[in-house]
Amino acid sequence: MQRARRRGAWLFLAPMLLVLAGIAGWPLGRTIFFSLTDARLDLLGDYGFIGLENYLWLARDPEWWAAVRNTLVFASISVSLETLLGIVIALVLNARMRGRGLLRAAMLIPWAIPTVVSAQMWGWMLHDQYGVINEMFLAVGLIAEPRAWTADYGTALAAIIAVDVWKTTPFMALLVLAALQLLPEELYEAAEIDGLGPVGRFFRITLPLIWPALMVAIIFRTLDALRVFDLMYVLTGNSRATASMSVYARQQLVDFQDVGYGSAAATGLFLVIAIVTALFLTFGRLRLGAEPGR
Amino acid sequence: MLGRAAFFLLVLVIVAYTVFPFYWAIVASLKEGSALFTVEAWPSRPAWDNYLAVFREQPFGRNILNSVIVAGGVVALSLALGLSAAFALGRVQFRGRKMLLLVILGVSMFPQVAVLSGLFELIRALGLYNNLLGLTLSYLIFTLPFTVWVLTTFLREMPVELEEAAMMDGAGPFTVLTRIFLPLMGPAMATTGLLAFIAAWNEFLFALTFTLTDEMRTVPVAIALITGASSFELPWGRIMAASVIVTVPLILLVLVFQRRIVAGLTAGAVKG
Repeated sequence: MQRARRRGAWLFLAPMLLVLAGIAGWPLGRTIFFSLTDARLDLLGDYGFIGLENYLWLARDPEWWAAVRNTLVFASISVSLETLLGIVIALVLNARMRGRGLLRAAMLIPWAIPTVVSAQMWGWMLHDQYGVINEMFLAVGLIAEPRAWTADYGTALAAIIAVDVWKTTPFMALLVLAALQLLPEELYEAAEIDGLGPVGRFFRITLPLIWPALMVAIIFRTLDALRVFDLMYVLTGNSRATASMSVYARQQLVDFQDVGYGSAAATGLFLVIAIVTALFLTFGRLRLGAEPGR
Repeated sequence: MLGRAAFFLLVLVIVAYTVFPFYWAIVASLKEGSALFTVEAWPSRPAWDNYLAVFREQPFGRNILNSVIVAGGVVALSLALGLSAAFALGRVQFRGRKMLLLVILGVSMFPQVAVLSGLFELIRALGLYNNLLGLTLSYLIFTLPFTVWVLTTFLREMPVELEEAAMMDGAGPFTVLTRIFLPLMGPAMATTGLLAFIAAWNEFLFALTFTLTDEMRTVPVAIALITGASSFELPWGRIMAASVIVTVPLILLVLVFQRRIVAGLTAGAVKG
């Protein structure tokens, strides 16, 4: 009976496993394989094996290292800002007040709209001649003359981070809010008796309790931020000032048709993400493999 | 009293911050010609021209249809495959179960670009390049993992008596899943389906790489590639109109289903 059940289980799993093997496992293996060849996009079947040569080129390409730097800077700054802002917003939303549901719905809007759309909306707001951001900053005296936020080498990455923070802070806030709402009321009553102020309450009670949920949210956001593509591609194209590792890899793969080299870059990104995941799991004191539903 | 006012102000700032870019897009989409280049809170003479131009200048209706077909197909496939897999993962104890759940979670952390060349080769070999079916299949890479994960969570929580009673009556596992559990899974299916729909509707990298002609583009690619007479003169009014068109249905979805979406988003993360 149990054995029949177990055999049956694999039957139910098979379709999903086959699909995932076909669209994830196999292509990943091929990408890694291509990274050891000189394959070209127009003649994918016709390639020679060149060993680690692509990786040596990669290691010597300053543009690749710029992409690595951009990606790491983007991911660390935007996820930090999102986490801080997300916690603040979640604490506000957690207060009992009228219209909380509506507020929560408003928070979901930036999360729900396509990244391409948010990039375009912000592209217009950041426009060098007619953008409302320039208008506002000029009005309050933050800047003396209109700036080309996305074209200027010094501000392009910051502009992109600002757009990402706008788009994903709500996601963070909602996850933190969900964790906050699971906290028992009595804890705070006890804290009040002990004479803890609001700041003390936050650091001594709230933060430790929401820490596991917060870590999970941070990991998911970080891995997501490391593979960023749409924002850069739409706002600044392949510009070196902002190109992420994904943008770099796709440019080599598709625009320059260099499948071997592009695959090496993609594999590089894959390795970076694997390393970051391992670091998080080691230092975040987190069991990501915990059973769902517990 | 002062604290109350400060708090209210903070709420106001948060709302303005989240909603303003969208409001500003609507304002721009209703302006035509040189009106676009003056900053004003509301267009003095609102015009629909940009909305008509979006459909006139490119096959935007077709693009919307493409997105609906692809996202709909992705939802149907992920739910069918995910439900079947979740049944095994949630209801049966077998060796390698935890390992499998971990691998599935691992797939959801893949950078999409890491499978790009392999997938490109596969899609071309199957004759699915520049084809909506190719996009639909490739999107399963990011919708299937969380569908399986969330549905497994829900199925685990179903009481075992339900299943036993049905088995007593001689029902096979397939009947148990479709007749006993499925009717109870409505909320979970709606939540995961919705999340899969939004993810597929918004996807850009695969859609950009695996399609070639304007007729096969999905909405995000179409919006990203709108260009004017020259690269220096982007038709911002039209871009904003297109953005508003695809955002409005999403906002309606979010307003109607916000509880479900939040439940789905947090199901994996908070409990994880």
